[in-house]
Amino acid sequence: MLRRWLPFPLLTAALILTWLLLNESLSPGAILLGTLLALIVSRLVVRFEIPRSRIIRPISALKLACNVLVEIVRSNNAVARIILMPNKRYRSGFVLIPLDMRNPYGLTLLACIITATPGTLWVEFDSKEHAMLLHVLDLIDEDEWRRIIKERYEKRLMEIFE
Amino acid sequence: MSIPVLNVPGWAAGVTAVLLLLGSGLAFTGCLGLLRLSRFYDRMHAPTLGTTLGIGSVLIASMLFFSVLQARPVLHEILIAILMVVTTPITLTLLARAALYRDRSEDDPDVPPMIGKQRMHSLQEGEVFVQEEEQDRGQALLDE
Repeated sequence: MLRRWLPFPLLTAALILTWLLLNESLSPGAILLGTLLALIVSRLVVRFEIPRSRIIRPISALKLACNVLVEIVRSNNAVARIILMPNKRYRSGFVLIPLDMRNPYGLTLLACIITATPGTLWVEFDSKEHAMLLHVLDLIDEDEWRRIIKERYEKRLMEIFE
Repeated sequence: MSIPVLNVPGWAAGVTAVLLLLGSGLAFTGCLGLLRLSRFYDRMHAPTLGTTLGIGSVLIASMLFFSVLQARPVLHEILIAILMVVTTPITLTLLARAALYRDRSEDDPDVPPMIGKQRMHSLQEGEVFVQEEEQDRGQALLDE
């Protein structure tokens, strides 16, 4: 019964929250309508047969989110410097990074994190080789970047999802 | 409708102004980078300034200003931030892959070959060497 009405509890909760934020209201009417809509939509989503996953460690997810925020601010600064100082020398290039993570949500999140960090860009992913191509604006050491992506992000995303 | 800006205390107006200047400055720097950097892949990095910290500061400024002005929490800007983070990788990856496809078909030496083929060229990585299957994969994809 619970499984039938709440096939994706997190999705349902997120949809209710979205509805309440959009309406900017916590009135009983808004909560009721939001819940109804969220229940209907999450039942429809079952038909897409999206893979199931759970966040196993919410606390490490929060920690990762804080780290990513700090990293975004730092790399904003770094990229702005490269743009604003015309004489600054930099070398850009591609790095091939083999990945061990198989969880599709983890991979999606990794793509979001890498793209949201200025200076790094998720260019390509090969699902057969399980490797991704990263483009780095200020590439000093390729092995350093392999280590950063694997240690800082992939390992912790695997902790969260797998 | 006149906006009662004067009802906002000085500190809130000040913080809002700083955040707005920071956000628009970053967006401007991003556009400048798009103009100034030389290679396509380098240029793609520049606008991310505007889509990350740039839009972040503008959204925080908006939340702060209207929360203080209307004396209630105004939080729906969070949705804009979430949707930005979720959607920008799609367009950026699409652009990058289109450029890669073009450069690879022109045999640009600065661009790495397809991931499967690249693995074959860099044997020193010590990975498993899969020869024929990988070689034909690009062709097989085209045939399909």
